[in-house]
Amino acid sequence: MEKINIIGAGLAGLTAAITLAKGGRHSRLISLQRSERAQSVLAEGGINAALNVMGEGDKPEYHFEDTMRGGVYLADEEAVRRLTEGAPDIVMWLAGLGVPFNMKDGRLIQRNFGGQKKKRTAYAKSSTGKMIMSALIDEARKYEVAGLIERYPHHAFQGAVIMDGVCLGAAVCDTYTGERLTFGGRVIMCCGGLAGLFPRMTTGTTQNSGHAAARLFGQGVVFGNLEMLQYHPTTIGIPDKRCLVTEAARGEGGRLYIERQGSKWYFMEEKYPELKNLMPRDVVAREMFMVRRREDCGDTVYLDMTELSVDVWDKRLPDLRAEIMHYLSLDPAREPIPVREGIHYFMGGINTDVRHRTNIAGLYAAGECTCQYHGANRLGGNSMLGAVFGGKTAAEDILSLPEADTPDLPDAAVTDTEPPEAVKAELGEILYSGLGIVRSESGLMRALERLDELEAREGAFPESRLGRAMLLSALKRRESRGAHFREDFPERSEELRAPTLAVCRDGKIIAEIGGDRI
Amino acid sequence: MSVLKILRRKSADQQPYWQSFEFTSDDPNAAVSTALTALNSRSDLRDMSGEKADPIRWECSCLQKKCGACAMVINGVPRLACDSKLAELGEVITVEPLKKFPVIADLIVDRTVIFDTLRELKVWLERGVTPDERAQEAAFEAAGCLQCGCCLEVCPNYYAGGRFTGMAGALPLTRLIAELTDEQRREVLKAYRKRVYEGCGKSLACRKICPAGLDIESLMARSNAAAAWRSLFDLRK
Repeated sequence: MEKINIIGAGLAGLTAAITLAKGGRHSRLISLQRSERAQSVLAEGGINAALNVMGEGDKPEYHFEDTMRGGVYLADEEAVRRLTEGAPDIVMWLAGLGVPFNMKDGRLIQRNFGGQKKKRTAYAKSSTGKMIMSALIDEARKYEVAGLIERYPHHAFQGAVIMDGVCLGAAVCDTYTGERLTFGGRVIMCCGGLAGLFPRMTTGTTQNSGHAAARLFGQGVVFGNLEMLQYHPTTIGIPDKRCLVTEAARGEGGRLYIERQGSKWYFMEEKYPELKNLMPRDVVAREMFMVRRREDCGDTVYLDMTELSVDVWDKRLPDLRAEIMHYLSLDPAREPIPVREGIHYFMGGINTDVRHRTNIAGLYAAGECTCQYHGANRLGGNSMLGAVFGGKTAAEDILSLPEADTPDLPDAAVTDTEPPEAVKAELGEILYSGLGIVRSESGLMRALERLDELEAREGAFPESRLGRAMLLSALKRRESRGAHFREDFPERSEELRAPTLAVCRDGKIIAEIGGDRI
Repeated sequence: MSVLKILRRKSADQQPYWQSFEFTSDDPNAAVSTALTALNSRSDLRDMSGEKADPIRWECSCLQKKCGACAMVINGVPRLACDSKLAELGEVITVEPLKKFPVIADLIVDRTVIFDTLRELKVWLERGVTPDERAQEAAFEAAGCLQCGCCLEVCPNYYAGGRFTGMAGALPLTRLIAELTDEQRREVLKAYRKRVYEGCGKSLACRKICPAGLDIESLMARSNAAAAWRSLFDLRK
């Protein structure tokens, strides 16, 4: 009997396991820690679907258009079509699992989120991710007890077992005992974004190391759009990481300003009178960066939430207020808070087709580790949707196929060690120096030179190879699009409207737009 | 400057020992998690007596009080390392693993028993529910449980393997009680009555300790009422 190996137990992994189990198929849910510790529990603002409950005549078609436009036409059109058409069923399924989405007068309600022209984001106060995760964890438990899902909750992914271009299984290591195990069966990677390539600089979790993805890159898996890093406009610095201030803060009326010659300048409202503070994240982050650079402006951008009503604070954003008071020792209902852009999401990742298959047969990927839905910039509320829909789609593809033979694989078929913390930190500095909000050929070349030096000293390692692919992808994209802004090529180029693909072949890393050689 | 006095153990079958480390930070938000991260990133970690030390094994993930991974006993109190500001803990800070769970190494404990209890209790919905506004508030509160284990650590009535589930088991059940309307509700209430209601001594130590600040008292009051009503109803039959 084939058991599908799911790497990662967050939103995408749980949904894949549940979908397989509902179809009567077995899976192993393999994760570094329990689902309760997954990065998905941090997701705050909500999940998008054109439910059309707000009397605005919303349709999946509009959700599709907003998503494509938000991603500046780099997302996979067919994949986004399926995502946005499937979204209402996803949200209603989650509601049926008991996710306490905010309601009014007996109906689910939705709120504004950046880059969208309709109120389309279903939410559970400002803890939507935690609420969805709790419901999915309970749902998965039903199938665990039925023997369809086996949990391996302290197990690190060591690599895929790939023979003759086919993925036959996954190698893992029990972090409690040190025991190495090799599991036959197809593999779905649900291993999250690449936060770990930028230690302490992102809003992600420490468990989201990016190591699993980096391992796969070294094994020949094709990645896409690696230059597309999302800087979230509103984060605050806390020890060892950035802490997100949800976009819902602006969705509910929060305003950004900077001090200019003694008065408050609400720059987003002046420059973008239609969507104002709710422009897509790439635009807001870049504008913040630019106004801070101006001679006539101060050094700090503030988020002003003092005009939000008591009702909004109590019913829609209570957790956010408590969090800000804890870390900044000031009450956001009374005082504006200083905010800054921080790395929050990776639009780039493993390249898959619309059925979530990678270039390696038997290897699938879903969730933030993939790249097809968000293009050059992700809209708020689309990440949880992409994760749940992706996990479901990957599992459904497997359900449509007969069980694969699972050959006996030798234990320790793949072995792996991670580089020391100090080396990873240095790599993070190098990548950050090249992949900031504003990029240039000279900056990227300097970062590549520093990476050469690091690899000459420490040897190449999985994260350094994937990092190199990020820098090369950014270098190749000689235009500005979405999250990728090149000050030497500030305009968008229609000729470059194709994903950047990257692969590691015989130790050599190739990145190119369109990927003809890949 | 802080001194972290850590109860260490190489593995479950080795003897525990205390080891102290110095750590200084200017950041007013620096927490025990900050200190542990910084100590482990030292290439040559040495304790206060200058002895070379192995990296300290501990678990963390979100570092912002939302995942429950880093629960441990700090100055005698179970809490999250990321929610324990050094400035509020005195000069010498004792750090130990949670005591009601088997130790894996240093500050890592195996909390499997929490999840086994949830399986025994059958914490899941058999069928889909219809969203109901009246259930939302309680469901939201109950589903906020981090499954960190701090409440079990302080509970005078809980021990691993006992009949009483402790709050880490009870809260997910209260989500179901809030949301269920069909025949499954009867079964859930029965489980709640036997394994929560009858075992809880109402010390409410859990309420003070909960790192997520969950309103355990209200959730319990609501579920107790439903469970007790259920038992009266059964008597009348």
